[in-house]
Amino acid sequence: MWKWFHQLASPPHFYRIVPIFSTLLLLPGLALIAYGVYAGLFLAPMDYQQGDAFRIIYIHVPSAYLSMMAYMIMAVAGGIGLIWRMKLAHAVAASAAPLGAWFTFLALATGSIWGRPMWGTWWEWADPRMMSELILLFFYFGYMALRAAIDDTAKADKAAAVLSLVGVVNVIIVHYSVEWWSSLHQGQTIMAKDGPAMDPAMLYPLLANIFGFTLLFGSLLLRRTRTEVLFRERRTRWVKEMILAPEGQR
Amino acid sequence: MTEQLSAESLTLFRGDRCLFRDVSFAVNSGELLILEGSNGSGKTSLMKAIVGMLDLESGTVLWNGKPVAEQRQVFHGALVWTAHRVGLKADLTLVENLRFEAALRPQGSDGLEKVLERLGITRLKPLPLRSLSAGQQRRVALARMLLADVPLWLMDEPFTNLDREGRSLVMQLVKEHLDTGGMCVMAAHQDVEIDAPVTKVVLQ
Amino acid sequence: MTAPVRRMPGMLDGLLAVARRDLLLAWKRPGDVLNPLFFFAMVCTLFPLAVGPSAEQLTFSGPGVLWVAALLAMLISLNSLFISDFDDGSLEQLLVSPQPLPLVGLGKTISHWLTSGLPLVLVSPIVAITYRMQGDVVLVLMLTLTLGTISLSLLGSIGAALTVGLHRGTALLSLLILPLSMPVLIIGANTVSLAAGNETYSAGIWALSAYAVGTLSLAPYATAAALRISNE
Repeated sequence: MWKWFHQLASPPHFYRIVPIFSTLLLLPGLALIAYGVYAGLFLAPMDYQQGDAFRIIYIHVPSAYLSMMAYMIMAVAGGIGLIWRMKLAHAVAASAAPLGAWFTFLALATGSIWGRPMWGTWWEWADPRMMSELILLFFYFGYMALRAAIDDTAKADKAAAVLSLVGVVNVIIVHYSVEWWSSLHQGQTIMAKDGPAMDPAMLYPLLANIFGFTLLFGSLLLRRTRTEVLFRERRTRWVKEMILAPEGQR
Repeated sequence: MTEQLSAESLTLFRGDRCLFRDVSFAVNSGELLILEGSNGSGKTSLMKAIVGMLDLESGTVLWNGKPVAEQRQVFHGALVWTAHRVGLKADLTLVENLRFEAALRPQGSDGLEKVLERLGITRLKPLPLRSLSAGQQRRVALARMLLADVPLWLMDEPFTNLDREGRSLVMQLVKEHLDTGGMCVMAAHQDVEIDAPVTKVVLQ
Repeated sequence: MTAPVRRMPGMLDGLLAVARRDLLLAWKRPGDVLNPLFFFAMVCTLFPLAVGPSAEQLTFSGPGVLWVAALLAMLISLNSLFISDFDDGSLEQLLVSPQPLPLVGLGKTISHWLTSGLPLVLVSPIVAITYRMQGDVVLVLMLTLTLGTISLSLLGSIGAALTVGLHRGTALLSLLILPLSMPVLIIGANTVSLAAGNETYSAGIWALSAYAVGTLSLAPYATAAALRISNE
């Protein structure tokens, strides 16, 4: 098992196996999203309180969930890179950041669109969930800015890893902010103690989208990391050999 | 009781550039190790790697046979490093600076007055470091070295800003240190003459 | 091969020596301490000028404005936490001393708080009164500012350590520290608002204390790691 892990950590090996795995994640992911979007838009019944407007949760919830998961992945990968000195882990962290930032932005945008018909306003400063999501976006910006400000890649990796580990505490506070401060957000409806409080017809597309988006994220992350690895290893022998090899052998 | 600083196959990369590869050496009590090489050849980086400020690509630095990484506090408590920059606060006086330094590492029995006299900077005591010339500041850095009770001296270009009298004083101090069982690692791009066992590491 | 035993300074000696040295340096340059205070007072003056000085506006916005001003003033002072040591080489000397780096960093942070956070707390009542804050609310303000500025100093030291020596480190420092300090700002300002409205505010005090204790135990390690990385 460790042998597989060590092999995975070798950049050329990683570069070779990603296309297979990313496709393996992408196809089911897209299928789930297709079902989730179709069912969410056309099959799920209207919410008796919010009408059709609630349907945006099918994009909003997966985005918000992924925005936080991406940060966790970034922090864990950074930690692994820092402690075990795995270069690949740092590449994963660097690739996860822009993805996470985009999902955060998507969550904020869809949240704002949802808020307009619900609360009558494009932006509600008082809502801790939205505020925390905005703070998370700043966290991503700070992380990427720090990486960009340090020229030496190894040094940037380490500094960014420390920053992301420090920020993890904030992400955890974000997750529990709903319970800590009064808000306009719905309480947790999926993981409520007596089981989901949602109508199954509404719930299944949501779950499908959550899983689908996660698979999509995984696929994108693998692809992005692959490119990042190629860039970081651009001066090594294996990259040169690969580029110079005749067509068909790559 | 001899002590030893040794290194096995040290390799350092800065970005994609290899600064040095497979550098090994051993220096015992009473010996001087000279790091030789032109400007930019990696002498300072090697010294920084020895004291643990830079991460090596591969290789180990050992103090008394044990890797330095396993005994950081002991190792750092056994050395004083005089770097390119003097590393003292310009706003504080000589005495305030040295009193601070005294709290950081083991101190020897030589009093402050004696050391200052030896280095010829006694009359500079009440002045803020800012008012001192570069050469005088160097002497204050040497005072820090003399006051500490440590076996390993690391000196990066110790002759910078010193006049001929200062340079010979430095070599005298090093010789005395070696004679009392200390050891020294010196990075220099000038020739160094001393009556003691000398090892050289030459960097390209 | 055994080494001769030498009298090594105690673990806290480094912390105390560094704190004492930094306080001495601040004493020699009082401007560094006063500048953030003036900034704090000025920012608090800007709001009534821009938003209108009506009494309800002042009482309503007082806690928030004072807290934001305090946060910004702390940011300004945090900039220079490690910069002068980095520039003159004394930071590298600290890195190779046998003293534990987390404690050394903590010593610097302590003296930083004493010369920036504490003065803010002491000056805040004067400004708070101009915002028509009642006496007991002012006490709550001072308490929350004390706890909050402690957390800010500690979190700020991590950011300062990460950005020391970087080109345009100042702007980056703000970008790094502000998100980290938002929870403190939200809880702190809201606690004072609750006190002003005669509602129970103890939850906020507990939260701020927990935050302060948490950062006190964890931040020094992050700061030490960041200092080592920045000095490579």
